[in-house]
Amino acid sequence: MAREIYQAIVDGILVGGVYALMAVGLTLIFGVLDIINIAQGAMVILGAYLSYELAARLHLDLFLGLLVTVPAMFVIGVVIQWAFIRPLRGRERTSMTLLVSYAVALIIEGILYEAFGADDRQLTASYVTSSVHVFGFYLSYIYLYGFALALALIAALYILLYRTKFGRSVRATMQDETAARLVGININRVAAVTYGIGVAVTAAGGMVFGATNAFDPNSGYDLISRLLAIVILGGLGSIGGALAASIFMLTLESLVDIWQPTWAIVVFYAALVLVLLIRPTGFLGRKAVRAQ
Amino acid sequence: MSEDYVEGPKGLERLRGLGGVQLAFVIALLAVAVAFPVLFPSPVATNYGVYALIFVAVASAWNVFSGFSGYISLGHAVFFGSGAYTLGIAARDWHVTGVGVFALLPLAAVAGALIAVPFGLVALRVRRHTFIVITIAVFFIFQLMAYNFSFTGGSTGLDAPFLPWAAQTYNNPFYYIALACAAGTIALAWLIRRSRFGLQLRAIRDDEDRARGLGVHAMRVKLTAFVLSGAITGLVGAVWFFYLTQVQPPSGFDPLFDLSVVLMAFLGGLGTVSGPVLGALIIEPGQLYLTANTNGYVSEILLGSLFLVAVLLVPRGIIPTGGEYIRRLTTRGRAAIPAAVPAAPPQPSDPAHVPEARG
Repeated sequence: MAREIYQAIVDGILVGGVYALMAVGLTLIFGVLDIINIAQGAMVILGAYLSYELAARLHLDLFLGLLVTVPAMFVIGVVIQWAFIRPLRGRERTSMTLLVSYAVALIIEGILYEAFGADDRQLTASYVTSSVHVFGFYLSYIYLYGFALALALIAALYILLYRTKFGRSVRATMQDETAARLVGININRVAAVTYGIGVAVTAAGGMVFGATNAFDPNSGYDLISRLLAIVILGGLGSIGGALAASIFMLTLESLVDIWQPTWAIVVFYAALVLVLLIRPTGFLGRKAVRAQ
Repeated sequence: MSEDYVEGPKGLERLRGLGGVQLAFVIALLAVAVAFPVLFPSPVATNYGVYALIFVAVASAWNVFSGFSGYISLGHAVFFGSGAYTLGIAARDWHVTGVGVFALLPLAAVAGALIAVPFGLVALRVRRHTFIVITIAVFFIFQLMAYNFSFTGGSTGLDAPFLPWAAQTYNNPFYYIALACAAGTIALAWLIRRSRFGLQLRAIRDDEDRARGLGVHAMRVKLTAFVLSGAITGLVGAVWFFYLTQVQPPSGFDPLFDLSVVLMAFLGGLGTVSGPVLGALIIEPGQLYLTANTNGYVSEILLGSLFLVAVLLVPRGIIPTGGEYIRRLTTRGRAAIPAAVPAAPPQPSDPAHVPEARG
């Protein structure tokens, strides 16, 4: 029994890393643009399909393929932000952007159905099926690599946000958009690039997700609800919070899964509701701002 | 802005709030709605009518809470599905058959209200953004419960009792039940919008802290609206279930349902009484037509695209934008005279009405 629990914890931490990879984009986009990007789930699946196509047609290694899919998703993100999100203004902006991103998710889902049909797919590679035996635990290579990739990308995001001039303008925009504009920051550029980065990161998340789960165009719905739970739990806009919440939630889920496989996912949402009852801003959330 | 709150009229006197032209228009519309199955008796046409009216009722009910209070709910399928499941379970366990099942309909409203109380108590404590996400989370909890409990019939779902009606006129009773639900909900929305309660809701939408400071019991007001909205949605969900004769977890608790309802309200005009009605009458028949005549994916792409276009062209919805356009035409570019309505709020203080101001 103890062995199963330890294995569940290790699994939860590793899978949590993969979810963090998908959730950081969501939380970054929220923090800077004040947008709940419902399309993030569909974009993860889009990223997975892009990786699938590259692997199937060009026989490109999954991780090498990221060099193509990440920039491609960045461009898609910038275009979506420029075409549909930037024009929105006014009091209902937050709700409107939410719906716009929902509409984008629908369109992506529809296009994926048209292009690939409803069959389940999964990414394959030599390291997806093999695992290594360490200290008595079986660790799948893909989860190890995925976890390493997650840590590397999150570290890169931290450096970008806290050590570069661009990062400083992003953080300034997060704190106070009007003031940032007044000191000469190009808000539109910051918003577009941030949205692009948030979407680009999901390409990496989508690849690891697609290698560890079977997916079809519809998988985005289940995914986005989990990602939203993670991001809210971690505190909207907090990258560290997203990482912590991912690992916490996925560990919890894999622990419950030992006893009650059918209800494991419900625990996921129930935990969200319970935590919010005690701490409405999540683990590492900023204080609620007046006049939302 | 003729729909704004004016202190004073009570009871039937309230009807005076409708101008003569508006009243005539509403009566004419109602007459057309009542005559529709007679004019277009084919089951295909009445099928469109039933679905359109079901969504008119649901979009209006959604609007009573989300449109008026500004808390966008993406979890109203919780009430819709629960209404359907409640009646499915009740009819099965109490062995109710035939037309008698319609006597159970109030039960669905009660179920919606009972679910809305704890749901609202949890979800309405947090900020607006978080509220949206909690509604999505609760929605998925309900869908999973429908899949995993034994009394819900698992993934096969439930069947409604058989109704011994002729195929040719089978839709008609449903049409009139749906029409009654829709008309009742619209009337309720109209009364609420003109009431003190409606004013409190909109004060919360505009600035919750200030409303609280002015003595509005925000939680009580929000929860009341949420419960009302949930009860109606549950009731309509039950009608939908009888009409469709079956419910499964993904159809009763359908994420697309939530999106469609929100789209309808936004397209027509969030927070207006007529907006969600118009939105539902445009979107639901369109969606039915597309689903019947294309494969489902094309209709998804088109629905999404339609919404993107609508957001870019009429961001505030058809009714407010159209109303303003007509007023500009009739006043020939001169400013309308807002002073004629003393209770109307000063427009410039409202950022939604001067969208350019934030540039």
